[in-house]
Amino acid sequence: MQSNQTFADLFRASGVSRRDFLKFCSLTSVYLGLSPSMVPSIVQAMEHKPRTPVLWIHGLECTCCSESFIRSSHPTIEDLLFNMISLDYDDVLSAAAGNQLEDARRKIMKEYKGKYILAIEGNASTKDDGVYCMVGGDSFLNTLKETAADAAAIIAWGTCASFGCVQNADPNPTGAAPVSDIIKDKPIIKVPGCPPISEVMTGVITHFHTFGTLPELDRLGRPKAFYKTRIHDKCYRRAFFDAGMFVRSFDDDATRKGWCLYKMGCKGPTTYNACSKIQWNGGTSFPIGSGHPCIGCSEPHFWDRGPFYSRLAEVPFLGSDSNADKIGIVAVGAAAVGAAAHAAVTAVKKAKSDKLDNDKA
Amino acid sequence: MAKKIVVDPIPRIEGHLRIEATLNDSNVIEEAYSSGTMWRGIEVILKGRDPRDAWAFTERICGVCTTVHALASVRCVEDALGIDIPTNARIIRNLMNATQVTQDHLVHFYHLHALDWVDVVSALKADPKQTSVIAQSISSWPKSSVGYFKALQQRLVGFVESGQLGIFSNGYWGHPAYKLPPEVNLIAVAHYLEALDFQKEIVKIHTIFGGKNPHPNYLVGGMACAIDPNSDTAINIERLSMIKKIIDDTTTFIDQVYIPDLIAIAGYYKGWLHGGGLGNYLSYGDFPETTLADFKTLLWPRGAILNKDLTTVLDVDPRDASQVTEEVSHSWYTYSGGDGKGLHPWKGETTPKYTGPKPPFEHLDTDKKYSWLKTPRWKNHPMEVGPLARVLVAYAKGDPMIKETVGLVLSKLEVGPEALFSTLGRTAARGIECKQTAGFMRHYYDQLIANIKTGDYRTFNSDRWEPSSWPEECKGFGYTEAPRGSLGHWIHISDKKIKEYQIVVPSTWNASPRDANGNSGAYESALKGTPMINPEQPLEILRTVHSFDPCLACASHLFDMNGKEITSVTIV
Repeated sequence: MQSNQTFADLFRASGVSRRDFLKFCSLTSVYLGLSPSMVPSIVQAMEHKPRTPVLWIHGLECTCCSESFIRSSHPTIEDLLFNMISLDYDDVLSAAAGNQLEDARRKIMKEYKGKYILAIEGNASTKDDGVYCMVGGDSFLNTLKETAADAAAIIAWGTCASFGCVQNADPNPTGAAPVSDIIKDKPIIKVPGCPPISEVMTGVITHFHTFGTLPELDRLGRPKAFYKTRIHDKCYRRAFFDAGMFVRSFDDDATRKGWCLYKMGCKGPTTYNACSKIQWNGGTSFPIGSGHPCIGCSEPHFWDRGPFYSRLAEVPFLGSDSNADKIGIVAVGAAAVGAAAHAAVTAVKKAKSDKLDNDKA
Repeated sequence: MAKKIVVDPIPRIEGHLRIEATLNDSNVIEEAYSSGTMWRGIEVILKGRDPRDAWAFTERICGVCTTVHALASVRCVEDALGIDIPTNARIIRNLMNATQVTQDHLVHFYHLHALDWVDVVSALKADPKQTSVIAQSISSWPKSSVGYFKALQQRLVGFVESGQLGIFSNGYWGHPAYKLPPEVNLIAVAHYLEALDFQKEIVKIHTIFGGKNPHPNYLVGGMACAIDPNSDTAINIERLSMIKKIIDDTTTFIDQVYIPDLIAIAGYYKGWLHGGGLGNYLSYGDFPETTLADFKTLLWPRGAILNKDLTTVLDVDPRDASQVTEEVSHSWYTYSGGDGKGLHPWKGETTPKYTGPKPPFEHLDTDKKYSWLKTPRWKNHPMEVGPLARVLVAYAKGDPMIKETVGLVLSKLEVGPEALFSTLGRTAARGIECKQTAGFMRHYYDQLIANIKTGDYRTFNSDRWEPSSWPEECKGFGYTEAPRGSLGHWIHISDKKIKEYQIVVPSTWNASPRDANGNSGAYESALKGTPMINPEQPLEILRTVHSFDPCLACASHLFDMNGKEITSVTIV
């Protein structure tokens, strides 16, 4: 049976009538010792299109991407695993181990050549023959190349696979490299974040499942649906930023009033992600919403752009090179001018930054 | 003639673990070797950075037991800088920690461990009516009707008939080591799916306080989440009510689903009491009612047990240079003073030096060095850490709740306390502990409400936030009991920056290779003597290794303590 055919397709191709097909399903239920009430589900299963096979391999990582993935509120992970994809290889959830697990991977690579999705969590050590990350007696670097060769497309989960993340931070002792440094001949969807938001992860797969296409990507390879704007642009504390009302210490009165965390090192102004819109864990909160500055975890090399609390982000605000101190002064000045004027300034700046986004994308 | 088998990759764990084992003619494991096959060098990366940022770096050591490294790290930096955190911060951290342990144990039981005991395909043969009768006899959980199990079974049939088994592909279905009747398998599959859906709710407590999960935000000096019942953006009654609801639901799920399942499943396997292993247990303790230094108030007590002797609990001090040490006689590192000499973390060093075979390879040379994990020892003893260690230390110290719950589980299973020293005992201890930490969640919620009622809204101590207030040189130690066991962080701060940072992790204790004296680590010891029905299908190895809940990204964190340049790797 070809991998992309359903059982029903196969029966039709062999000249079996619908009536005989249904009979077969009834008999199957008898052979399996199941009650007649289960016949419809057998029919459904046999007519169902094959789910897209996904091989999910793990390199140097911490498994936070997998953990985030299973937190998805919509779609649920169960819906995804049972109705959308066939997760035929995954270090975290697979039942099989050792040879049987590797056999499952190779079987899909052969039977679904050019048709499976390769999901990569973590990245490869490229130094010293890749000995800093070995799986099944081979380097992850080799496994990655081997598994990518016949993939239809690659999903680079998280900042590790997308940009390198923590093991890639200076001095990068293991030579950890993002997927796009190693695989050059496949479409790669980058889904950065440490980890990415769960509904963003499942959203990428659901987009593919629902529309049959890969989502549109920006110039860094990120889906525009989730990474088009900066956290700052949609932040509910933005009004305080515009008004120059800042938290100055984590225990001051402004923290309880929810003023802007910019002066505490918030990287929201330079971080492209959906945190301030979709939020986290079914919309429960997001870092700024719980009082902590954004550390910019979906941006390339964010670990080396610290320290997190003392280095302030460059903000495209009243001129492209405004630094932290200027912002305080300018913003306080603007607040004194009055709300109307300052709303107008924000609107103009917003238009400018939208243009910037579009140019970048 | 002994045969050698390899299990690699090992799924349903965090990170990359390899087990090599030799079997005798009767397929009984004679020797086992545990190898961690990844290394990321987080601590090298930490050097020279702002100590206030360390929690974020170390938190990324592990996303499964997320938060635990962040917690140990902020405690470690606060210890070094002499920072006392406000009461609310202590309570919130305890609540987040209890949340983590509870959620992690639940996910471990159903999604990482259950498939070692539960045959998914066998559930297709279950009689839904009988399944319902059994489910209702063991629990009052409402999702137990005939129709519920019938509908689930139909979906399973559809899934299996599709020919695409997904995560269940190539599993060991039909393996004679599976002992559950089809109806109990069907109940377990139902709860696998229900737990998968429910686990995501528990962690919302992290999201409320830390903004996200995995990897919620911590803060040196307290917590960043503000408390103010009269603010629309701080922790107010809406947020608190959400927390209370989550705690109520979590308690119900554990009492009505997890614990009854654990007892029902264990009942069919109580003849399989392999996997005991070392018999040495260590716990640093956790859940401080006052300060961390006052470890007599810890709700999880501190102590060590040797040779299964529950009459004596030994004192433990991780700051003592003679107690906690790490050596590298079988690890791919080298020490300047000799690889077999144990070094205390404040004096430790890590110079990676790979001497294993060039990949791809068939076997490691287990007589020499064979792992990226170091070998931690307590007073030169290999120790097991984790839920079983904690439960035994608490049991031996006479903790009333633990004594009662352990007694209840043992009597339901009709086994004696000696049954605890086994793979099954480890799995049961995790369930017992999960019930306990759900109770802790309630306890800390009540504490938080009581403290807010006094008008205390503080969550952060700013006295030592600015580096100008720090001493030139200082050292600190921070600990926690992570879901998988005792975790310690040791820091040396110099000139406002991290000079040295060292971490000794639960899975390093448990998964460590042999030491210089040839003593096995906890996994290796536990696997010895286990009979295998079919060595080609290593279900028994998975069972015992999974009972420790391995976390390899944690275990093989490592770094250079003394600022030495990392040497290049030699391939031999």
